[in-house]
Amino acid sequence: MTRHLHSDSNAGARALFEGGLRMGKRLVAMRVNNHDREDAIGDATLLLDHLREALGLTGTKRGCDGGECGACTVLVDGVPQLACLTLACRCAGHHVETIEGLASGGAAGGRMNALQAAFHEELGTQCGFCTPGMIMAAEALLRTNPRPTEEEIRAALAGNLCRCTGYVKIIEAVNAATEAAR
Amino acid sequence: MSAPQPVGSRPPQAIGVRQPLIDGVEKVTGRARFTADLPATGALVGAILRSPVAHGTIRRLDVARARALPGVRAIVTGDECAIAYGVIPVAQNELPLARERVRYFGEPVAAVAADDVAAAQAALAAIELEIDPLPAYFDAAAAREAGAVLLHADKPGNVEREVDHLFGDVAGGLADADLVREATYHYAEVTHAMMEPNAALAQWDAERGRLTLHSVTQVPYYVHLALARCLELDESQIRVIKPFVGGGFGHRTETLNFEIIAALLARAACGTVRLELSREECFLTHRGRPETDVRLKIGMTRGGEITAVDCDVVQRGGGYAGYGLVTILYAGALLHALYRVPACSYHGVRAYSNTPPNGAMRGHGSVDVRHAFESLLDRMAEELGLDPFAVRRANLLPIPHRTINDLQVNSCGLAECLDVVERESGWRERHGRLPRGRGLGMACSHYASGSAKPVHWTGEPHAVVNLKLDFDGGITVLTGAADIGQGSSTLLAQTVAEVLGLSLDRLRVIANDSAVTPKDNGSYSSRVSFMVGNAAIRAGEALRKILVDAAARKLEVAVDDVECAGECYRVSGTDRELAYKDVVAAALEDTGTLHVKGIWSTPPETQGGRFKGAAVGTSAGFSYAAQVVEVEVDEDTGSVRVVRVWVAHDCGRAINPLAVEGQVQGSVWMGMGQALTEETRYLDGRHACANLLDYRVPTIVESPPIETFIVEAPDPNGPFGAKEAGEGSLSGFLPALTNAIAAATGLRLDALPASPDRVLAALTGLRRAQRIARTRAGAPAEAPR
Repeated sequence: MTRHLHSDSNAGARALFEGGLRMGKRLVAMRVNNHDREDAIGDATLLLDHLREALGLTGTKRGCDGGECGACTVLVDGVPQLACLTLACRCAGHHVETIEGLASGGAAGGRMNALQAAFHEELGTQCGFCTPGMIMAAEALLRTNPRPTEEEIRAALAGNLCRCTGYVKIIEAVNAATEAAR
Repeated sequence: MSAPQPVGSRPPQAIGVRQPLIDGVEKVTGRARFTADLPATGALVGAILRSPVAHGTIRRLDVARARALPGVRAIVTGDECAIAYGVIPVAQNELPLARERVRYFGEPVAAVAADDVAAAQAALAAIELEIDPLPAYFDAAAAREAGAVLLHADKPGNVEREVDHLFGDVAGGLADADLVREATYHYAEVTHAMMEPNAALAQWDAERGRLTLHSVTQVPYYVHLALARCLELDESQIRVIKPFVGGGFGHRTETLNFEIIAALLARAACGTVRLELSREECFLTHRGRPETDVRLKIGMTRGGEITAVDCDVVQRGGGYAGYGLVTILYAGALLHALYRVPACSYHGVRAYSNTPPNGAMRGHGSVDVRHAFESLLDRMAEELGLDPFAVRRANLLPIPHRTINDLQVNSCGLAECLDVVERESGWRERHGRLPRGRGLGMACSHYASGSAKPVHWTGEPHAVVNLKLDFDGGITVLTGAADIGQGSSTLLAQTVAEVLGLSLDRLRVIANDSAVTPKDNGSYSSRVSFMVGNAAIRAGEALRKILVDAAARKLEVAVDDVECAGECYRVSGTDRELAYKDVVAAALEDTGTLHVKGIWSTPPETQGGRFKGAAVGTSAGFSYAAQVVEVEVDEDTGSVRVVRVWVAHDCGRAINPLAVEGQVQGSVWMGMGQALTEETRYLDGRHACANLLDYRVPTIVESPPIETFIVEAPDPNGPFGAKEAGEGSLSGFLPALTNAIAAATGLRLDALPASPDRVLAALTGLRRAQRIARTRAGAPAEAPR
């Protein structure tokens, strides 16, 4: 779903829609938060829109017009990806994890995982809008590097913008989570 | 005057503790629903057509072809609303959709509601819009030139507001000074860039003629008023709900055009419309800190005492009024109340321009002027051979103090803030002794804890909090205060819990549903902790009185003999007691569910003087902050790295020290963004950086450690002595940074941000001037670096 609604960028939209461009759909098998699913997904549907609109997983946020802010970070086979730059059907056969899948009971709830608890307790979240993406990026880091240095934390979260915290307590939260896991 | 105290003689248990946010679990689990996350099956998709020119007259706007397209349910234009709105009652000149004239590139002209995004986009593309361009003005000077086309017919010279304030004998003060210095400064425009893009969900109940709007606002009440005004609805037919909101920083302290447009679309389509703006559109909606020019003259004695201040400020305000007149007044008013200023003249001009409207942004009005002030103080201290800390200490306010512009200061912890950051940064050992390219700089700042005079003078209290207590013993705090991430709901729960001696487990907070919660003016000018916190204390006290009375009845003793200890109510000096739940049951006998309220208003003596514009800057309590910044400057590339920050903030009393730290760190860091990298740019009026890559918000990689120290100088008016924590530390960062750059390189930067190109150009100019001076003095020129 492109959202460049500027009068200037309407030329492209006009060409696209007046040309009657209609993409097809296909049945896509995908594992989402440890559940295997099959969904009919449009060829041009972004993973972000699929998660939010088809699956109701609105924890993954749209913060920009594409690839600027990191708020939509999810894990695909454990690797952090921007859902706003990923076609949903390219995730066929892969495992997509969102913020809703981190708690012990998965999307049904349960207890927070170590990172979630640390972000909550250390105030690594203020407004909370960047938080799901931030936590997913940190989760990917800790799975491959359980005891990261501060430099490694900064590098792993470099693509995730936060406007509230100055990142100070985000770093403290990730550190607290690694200590809690020890 | 005495601040309300915790119950009895017991130590505080709910305040002063590091309390995670009561809605934090929702935020870290993805369960928090922001406006765009709200389920609304079948909602239409809204989209806005925006002006492709910066200034012009609409010659033709034809939506017939677009309206006939499949899937298009409604189109609205300026024809739908001729009533101007604006946050300041005397300066309402904005329309939700332009009529006749457009005044900035990106101004909404028409909007559509359609079945899906594709249909909405197609409809936008099919709208026929023809505009005759007018001369456009992209800076204040051009807009003010003789013969310039007026943006608003009633504003000659394109001046929105001109302020002339003179307090004390400025000429005499300057004549008495041992050193007088004058400098000019230029500040780029910056914007909020809150992480959540704008979104609204508007539901029109066609059968009843009622409107419900969910929006990302900081000020649901102001949105409510503007909707009623522009849609010509009775206010009782409107319901405004604020879900979780992803920051604001001032962007959302006034009703924004998209909120009214969503409502107009819903009414026109007789249904529900979801309107989500792109990030680019958020940049075009703007309301950030204006491009600003400051000329400042300060007189000082040999000992560093300020004798007089003379200041000119020009702000480029954008196409519409918004908060503009408040911003230009704030810039002058907050020259005061940080230091003792015996004489001050201020001349401010707020100009219109063909750029997106400016508005309130964290540190509203005070930030650029504070940079100028602290920079010039630093320069003058150097010239007089005084330590920068000594100059600040020479000008501390006596407490209590009434400034010459009638601001009432009843508490000030600045002296302790200075001591803390001087000690913690190792200032005395390190300042002036770091290797070339490294430097320490310091500065002070302050801010209001809410404006002592409200925007709308209705005669109502400044704040109202309601409490509901029912059979289950649970207490629901009902508040209109908008928690946008700062933690206000948590603070209110702590405050009520403290008064009642209960744990937070007994409390819930319901906020921001106009059908349920009491009206609140909103989250701006750091008013919530102070004003709503005070109302919450009084609500808690009202409920406690009912419970104590009930316990006294049940225990058959005098009211004065009952001690409230939270989970039990005890007869003083005995072991006779009644459990909380039994007290609640007794209190509900014959009356049922209890509703109590607490109200609070600012004391009259804090509401300012009688001159025009006196209301702006007034507050019932001022916060204070000092900070030291350490930088590393690469003189070959002009890049500046912030190594570390030490900040001390006087918040009166830290009701939630964890949240105070978070607010202070966020403030300092947002100041860093403005100081180092952030600036909007327009090319012929077109936004040149309307995305989060070109508008350079600092990432985690370039964000320094911020050592945060809380100083508590309790204010007699504050809730438990508390004052604001979310703005006062911001403005100090900018001058502390440039003072540090001066210490590192000798360069006194007079334009921000300190981007590498600016720093390198200024450094090159400085070195050249130094070489010329040395050559003229007959000394050999230094070899080029």
